[in-house]
Amino acid sequence: MLELNNLKVTYGAIAALHGISLSVRSGSIVTLIGSNGAGKTTTLKAISGLLPVQAGEILYDGKNIAGLRPHEIVARGLSHVPEGRMIFANLTVRENLSMGAYLVRDPKIVRRDLEFVFATFPRLQERVQQISGTLSGGEQQMLAIGRALMAQPKFLMLDEPSLGLAPLLVKTIFEKIVEINRARGLTILLVEQNASRALEISHFGYVLETGQVTVQGDSASLRQNAQVQSAYLGG
Amino acid sequence: MNELLQQLINGLALGSILALIALGYTMVYGILRFINFAHGDIFMLGAFAGFYLAPRIATVLPLPSVAGALAVLVISMAVCATLGVLIERLAYRPLRKRPKLTVLITAIGVSLFLEYTGQFVFGAAPKKFPEILPGFAVMHLGHLSFNSNQIVVISVTLLLLLALRFIVLKTRIGMAMRAVSFNPEAAALMGVNPDVIISFTFALGSALAAAAGILWAINYPSIDPLMGILPGLKAFVAAVLGGIGNLPGAALGGIIIGVTETLVSGYLSSTYRDAIAFAILILILLVKPSGLLGKKEVEKV
Repeated sequence: MLELNNLKVTYGAIAALHGISLSVRSGSIVTLIGSNGAGKTTTLKAISGLLPVQAGEILYDGKNIAGLRPHEIVARGLSHVPEGRMIFANLTVRENLSMGAYLVRDPKIVRRDLEFVFATFPRLQERVQQISGTLSGGEQQMLAIGRALMAQPKFLMLDEPSLGLAPLLVKTIFEKIVEINRARGLTILLVEQNASRALEISHFGYVLETGQVTVQGDSASLRQNAQVQSAYLGG
Repeated sequence: MNELLQQLINGLALGSILALIALGYTMVYGILRFINFAHGDIFMLGAFAGFYLAPRIATVLPLPSVAGALAVLVISMAVCATLGVLIERLAYRPLRKRPKLTVLITAIGVSLFLEYTGQFVFGAAPKKFPEILPGFAVMHLGHLSFNSNQIVVISVTLLLLLALRFIVLKTRIGMAMRAVSFNPEAAALMGVNPDVIISFTFALGSALAAAAGILWAINYPSIDPLMGILPGLKAFVAAVLGGIGNLPGAALGGIIIGVTETLVSGYLSSTYRDAIAFAILILILLVKPSGLLGKKEVEKV
């Protein structure tokens, strides 16, 4: 469904991605693991058009989307839940969800998606009129994911969804990710610090180090990989 | 007491006009984080649009008349909205990724360009704005007297403020404006095309400035190409006073500056009239730089 071919991204003179290649199969959960600065967030930002691509291809359903602007990429069905959630703290919960559905013109579909989001995250329904800046960290993460789901995505990118959350909430969020993947057949590209949890729920994984893919494989084999264990799984 | 109330009404009329201009400054700041110093000149162009439109409208609709005046107002707003969008597209958009200072200096350049092109095209000598509203009626309410123009200014402003409030709070594009203003990157990830929102913001702000220009010209019918400088600066002060980026703040700031200015020229000396806005600016920057209703902007790292 998504394929990166030799993707290069630079910040000014500094190369952040030295040509990475990876592919995400339709309906799967794929996780990118790696330490800080390895290029995980950069990869997601390049896919969603927030960062300019220096060289290489981003093939989505066989078409190169590199060079398109973010709003054009969302329109093609790729939604990005950015690092730090980036909810609109000045808007209510409902308005945030409406912003997610900005490109969806059919009110029937919007209503149906809203019901799905509320069923997935009942907390959001309780706080629907609340200014979202007053939500807790976990609720904000739910809102960020819910907002992305409102855009009718076929492909969802999640950047550090567990960051800064209490362990119990981390568990909930990961369960929800699996649920969304199954219920909607949504393809998910997940970036996580919490590598062991991410590998538990994903089908395939890539390890990024300083802007390059160093190890790849299905999640079960990555969890057995000695190199991955010592570097990322605290083994 | 009566005189005070009278002065307050005068101040409210002046303040309404400043509020309309201030909204344009604050909206553009909210979206792009830069001060469009050419905004006062859009106000001037609004008055001139009305000046040149009035004779043409008079061939279709009776002038002075309410319908005719409304036509002058609405078409001038549309003309200036288009100009505002054009200015953004030609002068500011190519510099979107450049440092803010570059855009700021460009805005000053655009301002000078409009003022001196205005002098070249319209002539530097003041022109008399035609009477577009019937009769200069003075109404009495107890010991107070309003002239009909003040009532027009205040009520048109009120209607425009309500319309703006509706657009910003209740429409899809208004919600997108608020989203872009809060976090442009996140708004883009929702599918918002920032260019559309920026153009819309310039159109909206410029239309309000044009309305202010017409209302001003109805009250003070002598118009010239440099007439936008001082009201523009005062409206900028009003926007800072209310908290730049904050819409109710801009309206409040405009009213405060207008009323203060009228009171100072009524009770102290009209010599200080123009100085008062800038005294307020210095004061607010010393005491509460974020403005009356503004929030402290935290520099994100």
